[in-house]
Amino acid sequence: MGEINIDVNYLARVEGRGALHVRIAKDGKIKDLKFRIYEPPRFFESFLIGRRYDELMELTSRICGICPVAHQITALRAVENALGVEPSQQTKDLRKLLAISAHIQSNVLSMYFLSLPDLMGYESIIPMTKDHLHIVKRGLKLKKLGNDITDLIGGRAVHPVTAVVNGFTALPSKNKLQVIRKRLKEAKQDAYDTVDLFSEIEIPDFKRKCEHMAISDPKEYAINRGRFKSTEGLNVDEMNYRNYISEEQKSYSTALHSHVKNRDSFMVGPLPRVNINFNQLSSDAKDTAKRSGVKFPNFNPFVSHLARAIELVHNIDESIEIIDRVPLKRERDEITCKSGFGAAITEAPRGSLYHSYELDNNGIVRKADIVPPTAHNALNVERDINEFVKTILDLPLDEITLKCEMLIRAYDPCISCSTH
Amino acid sequence: MNEKPKIAIFKFTGCAGCQLEFLHLEEIFLDLLELFDISYWVMVKRDNDETGWDISLVEGGISTPEEIEEIKQIRMKTKFLVAFGDCAIGGCIPSIRNWTPQLDAESQVYRDTSVIQSTKVFGIGEYVKVDAILKGCPAHRDTIVELLKSALLEIRPRLRQHPVCVECKFRDNVCLITSKKMACMGPVTSAGCGAICPSLGRECEGCFGPMSNPNASALASIFKDLGFNEKDIKRKFRKYAGMSPEFRKEAGH
Repeated sequence: MGEINIDVNYLARVEGRGALHVRIAKDGKIKDLKFRIYEPPRFFESFLIGRRYDELMELTSRICGICPVAHQITALRAVENALGVEPSQQTKDLRKLLAISAHIQSNVLSMYFLSLPDLMGYESIIPMTKDHLHIVKRGLKLKKLGNDITDLIGGRAVHPVTAVVNGFTALPSKNKLQVIRKRLKEAKQDAYDTVDLFSEIEIPDFKRKCEHMAISDPKEYAINRGRFKSTEGLNVDEMNYRNYISEEQKSYSTALHSHVKNRDSFMVGPLPRVNINFNQLSSDAKDTAKRSGVKFPNFNPFVSHLARAIELVHNIDESIEIIDRVPLKRERDEITCKSGFGAAITEAPRGSLYHSYELDNNGIVRKADIVPPTAHNALNVERDINEFVKTILDLPLDEITLKCEMLIRAYDPCISCSTH
Repeated sequence: MNEKPKIAIFKFTGCAGCQLEFLHLEEIFLDLLELFDISYWVMVKRDNDETGWDISLVEGGISTPEEIEEIKQIRMKTKFLVAFGDCAIGGCIPSIRNWTPQLDAESQVYRDTSVIQSTKVFGIGEYVKVDAILKGCPAHRDTIVELLKSALLEIRPRLRQHPVCVECKFRDNVCLITSKKMACMGPVTSAGCGAICPSLGRECEGCFGPMSNPNASALASIFKDLGFNEKDIKRKFRKYAGMSPEFRKEAGH
């Protein structure tokens, strides 16, 4: 065997600009491995200083066009934690519905548009329209459902506008929610078909035991709030996040790399969520997970696709539950500014997202700290590829390259986010 | 037209939200594929054709030396170049940092700034000729369709120049400035969203950038009369289009 050089200079079918470089010596030893994120930094943590607390959801939304809702809700909750505000149950419910709708949109995008072409042997979803039109149509339909819910609750699918500190500026109409409810019911079969598709499709047989992390709540499938837990026993309140997680700059990446202090890299995302919060999934989601024949907890990163599909079933069920119980009362209290520190962790579609702010007496930001899911995952992606590539060295170079790309895409990286 | 027009979608310094808005055209996505050959779109395709394009939709501002070179290359290979959204037009939200010294911004985030290649962020028009702009953060999907339809028909797209106020009138919205004393950016902001925020109980924040020939200083003095201080007003204008000639004065030094 000669030396192997894997070079992907612009990773396709992921959000943002990243590259992969691996150098493997003749004896099979990996000499160099870089998940190189070269997305231009936008310095959010710098220019947020001097902005007002009530602008943060709007400004941080612009960190990411795929997961704006996650940034909005995390920013809102961090500000509320700083101000000592506890929103009403209705606000919590509508935020959860908003967050879930964004998960549906983003996870369908990841499964059908970004990763399925690899698994079915196409360069993209575009040529798939010829041979597998019904699958493409199903993906488009599910994605539209997620978008339409975000649109209805948030006012707009990309960078919605209605969620504000301690409430919403406007509530959706009951009639429109009922129309959505009907569509959610109809989408259930599409969600089951998605689970079938991703449990039947062949994925690489690869396992690497690493620390999986997600927020967790005994009473619900945690998306917007919960304790930050891991498969290695971490159990942290969001306000103390920085006592446990550190970031390090790598010279070749504009995204900082996270690790657990005095430990190693970790994984966040749909697979860690399903692994850690399996019991909180809806009963139909649990059943479909069991029927898929794949055992959880699972440490094959390629099972992330199936985890997204299982979450899709759950997300439809929970959306219907919320629609059935939310009273849609007009409510909004005034907020008083005060100085303080607030932090929040939520689950963005691609994993745990951390925001914290220090506010002064006038509600002006004095310090901001943001760690998106792909910054959490960056080091773990490298650790995974380091192990995975050794198992596929007998393949031709273009196949090794594709398989490594597929592993990165299983994480559904959001690179703009990671750099921000 | 004998062949389908070739389209490219590029991402520079931004959030990919405008590309997402394109992807959110689910209902007509398959029709678009019939009419256009999307030959370059790295977020969606693995095989990308870099030989040249009839229409290039460029998302994101320009903030690194490499990006300056890339946008020039794209211009050379493109017949019709579109600044796709506010970032490509004038830097959008990330341009707020242009008021911070570059090294301060860098050292706020990175311990080792020597490896960071970054400049202040500008719209693509700073470096190349732009044939059309699609305003908005994100650009509205209807305007994307309008532009693409016009390209097929070889006519001028009808993109709105008037303020959000006109859309509020269409929707019978109560004026938030006069009735609720809110600092609404609608009077100076380009229409195109359908007055989303004022229709949902929230003041317009100006995410479609300046309308044609706005009177920004008059609106700033109205905000002052409503009781907003100088810093509040600066923040309003130093947001989506602080670098634009229309808002530059009110955005402050």
